[in-house]
Amino acid sequence: MRKWTRRAFIGTGTLAGGGFVLGVAGVAFSPSRHSVVSDDAATTGQLTTWLLVTPDNLVTVLVPHCEMGQGSQTALAMMAAEEMEADWNLVRVKEAPATDDYANAYIARAFGGSIPAPLGRAFDYGTYRFARWYGTQATGGSTAVRGTGRYGMSVAGAAAKQMLIAAAAERFGVSAAECKASSSRILHTPSGRSATFGELASAAAKFSVPSNPVLKDPDTYTIRRTARQRFDIRSKVNGSAVYGIDFTLPGMLYAAVEIAPVYGGKLVSVDSAPAEAMPGVKRVVRLENAVAVVADSYWHARKAIASLKPQFDDAGHGGVSTESIFAAFDKSLGAVPDTPKDAATLVTADYRVPFLAHATMEPMVCTAKVEGDRAEIWAGVQDPLNARSAAAKALGMDVEHVKLTNLPLGGGFGRRLPFTYDYVELGARIGKVMSPVPVKLVWSRENDIQHDYYRPAGMARFAGALDGNKMPVAARCHYAGGGDGESVFMPYAIADKRADNRDASHPIRTGAWRSVLNSQHGFFKESFIDELAHAAGKDPFLFRRDLMTDQPRFRAALEKAAAMANWSSPLPAGEGRGIAITESFGTIVAEVAHVAVSPEGALRVRNVFAAVDCGDVVNTDTAKAQVEGGIIFGLSAALLSEITIAQGRVVEKNFRDYRMIHIADAPQIEVEFIRSDAKLGGLGEPAVPPIAPAVTNAIFAATGVRVRELPIKNHPLPRQTT
Amino acid sequence: MPITVTINGHAHTLDIEPDTPLLWALRDTLGLTGTKFGCGISACGACTVLVDDRAVRSCMFPISQVAGANVTTIEGLAADGTLNPVQQAWLDQQVPQCGYCQSGMIVAVTALFKQFPRPTDEDIDATITNICRCGTFVRVRRAIHAIAEGGGGEHA
Repeated sequence: MRKWTRRAFIGTGTLAGGGFVLGVAGVAFSPSRHSVVSDDAATTGQLTTWLLVTPDNLVTVLVPHCEMGQGSQTALAMMAAEEMEADWNLVRVKEAPATDDYANAYIARAFGGSIPAPLGRAFDYGTYRFARWYGTQATGGSTAVRGTGRYGMSVAGAAAKQMLIAAAAERFGVSAAECKASSSRILHTPSGRSATFGELASAAAKFSVPSNPVLKDPDTYTIRRTARQRFDIRSKVNGSAVYGIDFTLPGMLYAAVEIAPVYGGKLVSVDSAPAEAMPGVKRVVRLENAVAVVADSYWHARKAIASLKPQFDDAGHGGVSTESIFAAFDKSLGAVPDTPKDAATLVTADYRVPFLAHATMEPMVCTAKVEGDRAEIWAGVQDPLNARSAAAKALGMDVEHVKLTNLPLGGGFGRRLPFTYDYVELGARIGKVMSPVPVKLVWSRENDIQHDYYRPAGMARFAGALDGNKMPVAARCHYAGGGDGESVFMPYAIADKRADNRDASHPIRTGAWRSVLNSQHGFFKESFIDELAHAAGKDPFLFRRDLMTDQPRFRAALEKAAAMANWSSPLPAGEGRGIAITESFGTIVAEVAHVAVSPEGALRVRNVFAAVDCGDVVNTDTAKAQVEGGIIFGLSAALLSEITIAQGRVVEKNFRDYRMIHIADAPQIEVEFIRSDAKLGGLGEPAVPPIAPAVTNAIFAATGVRVRELPIKNHPLPRQTT
Repeated sequence: MPITVTINGHAHTLDIEPDTPLLWALRDTLGLTGTKFGCGISACGACTVLVDDRAVRSCMFPISQVAGANVTTIEGLAADGTLNPVQQAWLDQQVPQCGYCQSGMIVAVTALFKQFPRPTDEDIDATITNICRCGTFVRVRRAIHAIAEGGGGEHA
């Protein structure tokens, strides 16, 4: 494997068999949408994004991001093709291989500036955290389109077009200024001559990559801002898509595993005899924190692992429970935050949210083939480079000796991000024991639910004050369980806003869960502002809107969602509307939930209206799908899902006790986008945070009951009298 | 004792234990990996296949019970490479996101149409209990209605 050298990534290369590969030299952050390549790219740059033009006139876009349903591979190809003036029917997409050449580090360049004051909204903390994983090839933080697309793909497409034009001008003996690109051809209009991209590719590759190509005026877009079908859908409706769990090798064995139930626990002992006596079992493998059974089929491995009674220690955490964690939160939050002594009205409230599992539909899987000092790994991960490093470390190998092939993911939501590769490490270790025979480790759903990197549980203690005119003068909170400047930001003109982090550590393993800390704080702050509105005797929509005097984008989104929901129209008894708005990952989302509570106290979320300002939309259909999906994902958490802890262990085991909504529970959803002059925002996550408070605020409107603790299922709603 | 089963119109004789779930026989013995493993307790429906036109969650369905029956998997729905009306609607409406649950969802909806050629929302709510973590339910419902309105329900 060739070593990483900076020079190797600059410029173009000629493909065997003709055609060319184009890379974008380094990019720099710029406030302008049109100027994104730095002049010193050749010395500071790192190649990140590639386009292939082959003699058959196909443009292949190699995307350094995984596909987990978010559709960003297609959106990124659209961004490149748009600038290139490629015929969309002649565009293909491929996931870039897991090699250092494709590290998407420009995300760090784009976002990784200095950190502003903790309460400032100007900085996107979720992305900042993400950007610190410099040198990885990660997909997360809702960054693919707004990072890779804006700073990589668009520039690559524009540069390629310029090079193809230069090649055509040379071939025709005319001025480049007289040539233009259209539908994968370069045309010389005065003479009527033309040549395809494929015919020009080899000649184009000889030109140097322009350092500052001109990007198209958005008003001339023909591919972006339209609905394009995703490249991967056909394989997902005919069963041919090969996910990590579907990958097979000749002679491959299968592994099932049981992991120490308390995080950090070690395997003390296990009698392997019962499993060894079972059909198809090849070996019982003892690992530091787990025991695995390797067998000739997964069913044999699964049956045999159930026959074992391994003993694990509890790492000293056997006394930890949900109650003990929240008791520590409560203690750390201390007294209610101070508020002005002369306020006319004081409002206080505590809010709580539980740990949550990602519960991707495809459980964690890793196939490993270890031979001598080399290894090959196959998995579906959100960061193949970091996963490769994790495997190399587990195997004690040089990372250059490990090859990782990434496969489509059966869901990610943050579970397969960098530094969450326990399953890759386990798979690699089992593969090493069974070397040279390849082994596919498949986690059970129980493994998955009980050994996640959970969305942190959290708690917030708010105090707010209204003056004699019922105007809010203070909104302060103490929170435990995590938070940052973006997630605690309230877009309201309240003179005294403060959010203080109170540490209360616990040994439960946590990680990034779709929308990260915004999922907790969206519920906290948008519940509290609703409580302030009601304390002021004002309509919750108008109360918010009138506090958005210096936040025109928030105000526009809020007004749009209210208009979509026909906010002020009357509703029957037992029904109500709730509104909530958050900004995360550069995108503002306002949602209105319309709920009905039956005479028996059963809740139904009937409709959700979402107004979204992500600056501009690349693929109008997949953008909408992400908002629909984010609302459903957030609704499961709001209504039903929770991870609880007893004796240091996760109590929930599978989908019967870690519950998610079904189609019968899903509301009708309407989504509208607002085109603003803001830079591109993310879309994978921002629809999640507003839904829980929109629903609990609607429950309050319908019943007068304020739900301050999620999931809502734990809060009995009163029978309705009609 | 070998068990003979008919999968997607082809007879196979399998030398596996009779308690082996149909799911693992399909995936690991026959290499038909379109049918997915989600939970192993018949809760999520990712493993749904048709057994004589009935939707069955194959992760807890012993292979011995399908001896003599006709099993259809996602791979068997597109006869001669032509997508069935449900698959076609899923493509047209761009229903899948990660797609992992969609094999089971498509098979379950195919079975729904065998029961109800023009299903109401109530029929859908009562019959389709598959879990989709990406949250495609809005499009699943829309696609089902689009199939029914297009008259495809009789041919699913």
